[in-house]
Amino acid sequence: MISEQAKQRMRELAARYPVARSAVMPALYIAQAEEGYVSRAALEAVAEALNMTVDDVESVATFYTMYYQRPPGKKVIKVCNSISCYLRGCDALIEQLERRLGIKRGETSPDGRYTLLTVECLASCGTAPVLQVNDEFVENLTPELVDRLADQWEAEFQAEGQSQGRSPAGAGGC
Amino acid sequence: MPELIITKNIDVPGIDRLDVYRQYGGYEALEKALHEYQPEEIVELVKKSGLRGRGGAGFPTGMKWGFLAKNEPRYLCCNCDESEPGTFKDRMLMEKNPHQLVEGVIITSYACRVSTAFIYVRGELAYAARQVQRAVDEAYAAGYIGKNILGSGYSLDVIVHRGAGAYICGEESALMESLEGRRGYPRLKPPFPAAVGLYGGPTVINNCETLSTVPAVVRNGADWYASFGTEKSKGTRIFCLSGHVKKPGNYELPLGTPLRTLIYDEQYGGGILGDRQLKAVIPGGSSTFILGADKIDTPLDFESVAAAGSMLGSGGVIVMHEDTCIVDAVLRMTEFYRDESCGKCTPCREGTYWLVQLLERIEHGHGKMSDIDLLLDICDNISGKSFCPLGDAATSSITSSIKLFREEYEYHVREGCCKVGPKARKPVAAAL
Ligand SMILES: Cc1cc2nc3c(=O)[nH]c(=O)nc-3n(C[C@H](O)[C@H](O)[C@H](O)COP(=O)(O)O)c2cc1C
Ligand code: SF4
Ligand code: FES
Repeated sequence: MISEQAKQRMRELAARYPVARSAVMPALYIAQAEEGYVSRAALEAVAEALNMTVDDVESVATFYTMYYQRPPGKKVIKVCNSISCYLRGCDALIEQLERRLGIKRGETSPDGRYTLLTVECLASCGTAPVLQVNDEFVENLTPELVDRLADQWEAEFQAEGQSQGRSPAGAGGC
Repeated sequence: MPELIITKNIDVPGIDRLDVYRQYGGYEALEKALHEYQPEEIVELVKKSGLRGRGGAGFPTGMKWGFLAKNEPRYLCCNCDESEPGTFKDRMLMEKNPHQLVEGVIITSYACRVSTAFIYVRGELAYAARQVQRAVDEAYAAGYIGKNILGSGYSLDVIVHRGAGAYICGEESALMESLEGRRGYPRLKPPFPAAVGLYGGPTVINNCETLSTVPAVVRNGADWYASFGTEKSKGTRIFCLSGHVKKPGNYELPLGTPLRTLIYDEQYGGGILGDRQLKAVIPGGSSTFILGADKIDTPLDFESVAAAGSMLGSGGVIVMHEDTCIVDAVLRMTEFYRDESCGKCTPCREGTYWLVQLLERIEHGHGKMSDIDLLLDICDNISGKSFCPLGDAATSSITSSIKLFREEYEYHVREGCCKVGPKARKPVAAAL
């Protein structure tokens, strides 16, 4: 379900641009933020707000890699494997992540916690190798740092599981 | 250290906020532009400064502005889609000094009589987009954007637009398609954007670094700017140094600085990682031709790098030392173009796929001697025969590496393994 609030923001965006359909990309981001991926409901909501057909919206959404067509893991880990990161040893780190997370590149873990992706140059080649966790950069990666990150993610999920077990309201910050 | 222009204040704490940016002379250039110059005079000023585009092709900026058709409304697109492998300057400019960019966007819009400007930020750079959006919001609140800016009668709207993962949207016509809410397929040129661009209106498209340079040019004058650099390549630019150097990073240098200085000087690259031998350098992002180590004394200006057989491109200088397997490195770069080919035209869509297949075969020891010439043959069928320059770009590393290191390709075919690097077959004694 796409909230009424989200639909309202899409309509406002449509009015902000000289032509309504220019808002299709930001509208898709809004829809994706609600559901984690671009669902059928997301396509329909965007189409309605911008007065486009659902197929038309889908054709745009499927061109761009940042619109997910399936629900990704809670942590989407994107590791750059382009040339400068390659020269700085990213391949070994990607293998290390595959071992730590128990999934191959391109996969989502069955428990829905992680998606591991290899991506193109992230404009961070001076601090290679690099990865992003849900859009936040981690630069100057080393095997030790990758291990610490993986430990930290595990700890976060465990803390989350416990706090959910105790109080459904989710007391306490992160 | 030579005088800095674009990165002069980049490390000032809080420079990303309007008040601090103003303490360092921020928006003075805009006031000067609006109150002391007619739009056409700024175009002339930028022509005289010799500023050339920093996005790839190095086109003279003032001349580009002068080509704009007279009809209205006109648009400006600031290209912050930075995705060329080896390039990481625009991200830094957006994250650290977004007001400098926004000021450049406003001055340029005034000079070109633009009523709506778009800043197209690469989707993956979420923090950079937030920084630019905040700067735009602050500029609106301060009256630098909006109606009747600083009482000049000039009005402008600025919209920050995020991409969503497509290298091709850095190509100017694909960027406009994307902004119009479609798939990022390049458009046929001509008509050029200056005549028929965004929403069919005359459109200026400039790179993030180009526009970040404009405030300094207006503040200090054309002659001042032209006093940096060489006869034909004026000013400074940011070189993004990466790969096998001790101190990778962004270094702003006058155009014409020797490649050797950038790579070996203690203030910049500090030499090759592990004090190894230099093998090759890609001077302008992965789309440009590879240069051999013998070109180390090439001055980094548009003309000298062209004479050496490559291009300054996006300023991404990628360094490879002697233990780099050139076939594996070229394979890695070619995979990028295969994955980022938009699929609109056949030579690029199919050709990049075949190039990767052949390179993989050679790299993994299953290649044939004839595959090397087959690679060149496919490159010849892509380059100059594709719809947009991405196709040409996909072939640069292949043709130049075969010219420089053909022997290494042949070694792979003959011996079934890499000649150097981690996958080279070790001598039996060493393996024990
Ligand atoms: C495949 C491709 C990708 C490009 N990517 C970028 C980019 O990310 N950023 C950029 O400024 N220019 C990029 N360009 C160049 C633009 O088309 C355009 O020439 C440039 O933005 C003009 O700005 P300038 O004159 O200030 O350099 C790309 C070109 C091609 C063919
Ligand atoms: S050359 Fe490649 S990227 Fe350019 S239009 Fe053709 S398929 Fe698309
Ligand atoms: S090559 Fe990895 S960030 Fe550029």
